[in-house]
Amino acid sequence: MATEALHENETLASLKSEAENLKGKLEEERAKLHDVELHQVAERVEALGQFVMKTRRTLKGHGNKVLCMDWCKDKRRIVSSSQDGKVIVWDSFTTNKEHAVTMPCTWVMACAYAPSGCAIACGGLDNKCSVYPLTFDKNENMAAKKKSVAMHTNYLSACSFTNSDMQGCDKKAMVWDMRSGQCVQAFETHESDINSVRYYPSGDAFASGSDDATCRLYDLRADREVAIYSKESIIFGASSVDFSLSGRLLFAGYNDYTINVWDVLKGSRVSILFGHENRVSTLRVSPDGTAFCSGSWDHTLRVWA
Amino acid sequence: MSSRASASTLQCLVEQLKLEAGVERIKIPQAAAELQQYCMQNACKDALLVGVPAGSNPLQEPRSCALL
Repeated sequence: MATEALHENETLASLKSEAENLKGKLEEERAKLHDVELHQVAERVEALGQFVMKTRRTLKGHGNKVLCMDWCKDKRRIVSSSQDGKVIVWDSFTTNKEHAVTMPCTWVMACAYAPSGCAIACGGLDNKCSVYPLTFDKNENMAAKKKSVAMHTNYLSACSFTNSDMQGCDKKAMVWDMRSGQCVQAFETHESDINSVRYYPSGDAFASGSDDATCRLYDLRADREVAIYSKESIIFGASSVDFSLSGRLLFAGYNDYTINVWDVLKGSRVSILFGHENRVSTLRVSPDGTAFCSGSWDHTLRVWA
Repeated sequence: MSSRASASTLQCLVEQLKLEAGVERIKIPQAAAELQQYCMQNACKDALLVGVPAGSNPLQEPRSCALL
């Protein structure tokens, strides 16, 4: 019995040291290829000029914090969800509300527009993801047609119609292979919780926004962080990030009510946008890249261009 | 009992780390150059970057109010 316990302890110890060795080797391998940062490679790229981006539309109607939003493929409609339990579909050009659904729970933390434009998905503290087909028939009760598509053991924090293969998990960003269900790469350079991750348009990299007040860019093929977007004057967490169409600009919404626009290649901030009167909780660039929308705890959404 | 559980957890961690260590990597200058190239190639299509001709973005048009 005593010899068995001894054997188990030895196995544990040897496994622990193997794990430590591998971690060290991983760091070494990554460091070997790290001889230069992205902004150094991009030194000769022309700097961006002054940006004039303004709020073009303000969408008012939610009774509480806006938690999530998504664009429809038609580049015009927006779905948003709020702590007031409502999910609203807006026409961003006219600011008209086209549909409104009241969820049985408050804190609708996630919503998404179907690629077909014919349905929306949402969920939150009800632990479910529900899909609502959109109908313009005033006699039809949208809530009656809802379908539950997933039951989770805890609240739904994000949902998307296209397979989202990334997950911000505490300070770690993990990349998953959807076919094998395995984590193939993990990045842990943020100093605090990651709130948002978004793929670079080419798919070869992704950006993350974190409570440590920085946004970072990770290249998947170099398997490394290649840029940090931060300023000493920015001390509040970044809640949501998204790229412009070409990937040159990174828009990030912060808990200090502002949106910072970063030059992805040079690592510098090109613009700071004011307007929201509370935390920016969600941010998405439109499908054709002509505008972006931000949602905030100030109950409104703003469309910028 | 608990040592067996932590042994299997560690075993999984070791396997996962081996997988991550075996990932093929390219050098940063090459990766960075490719990111930059993508930006440059698509810059002209990026409305938020280069702007659009006046009048072609419905959001930028001043909205008319009809006085009824």
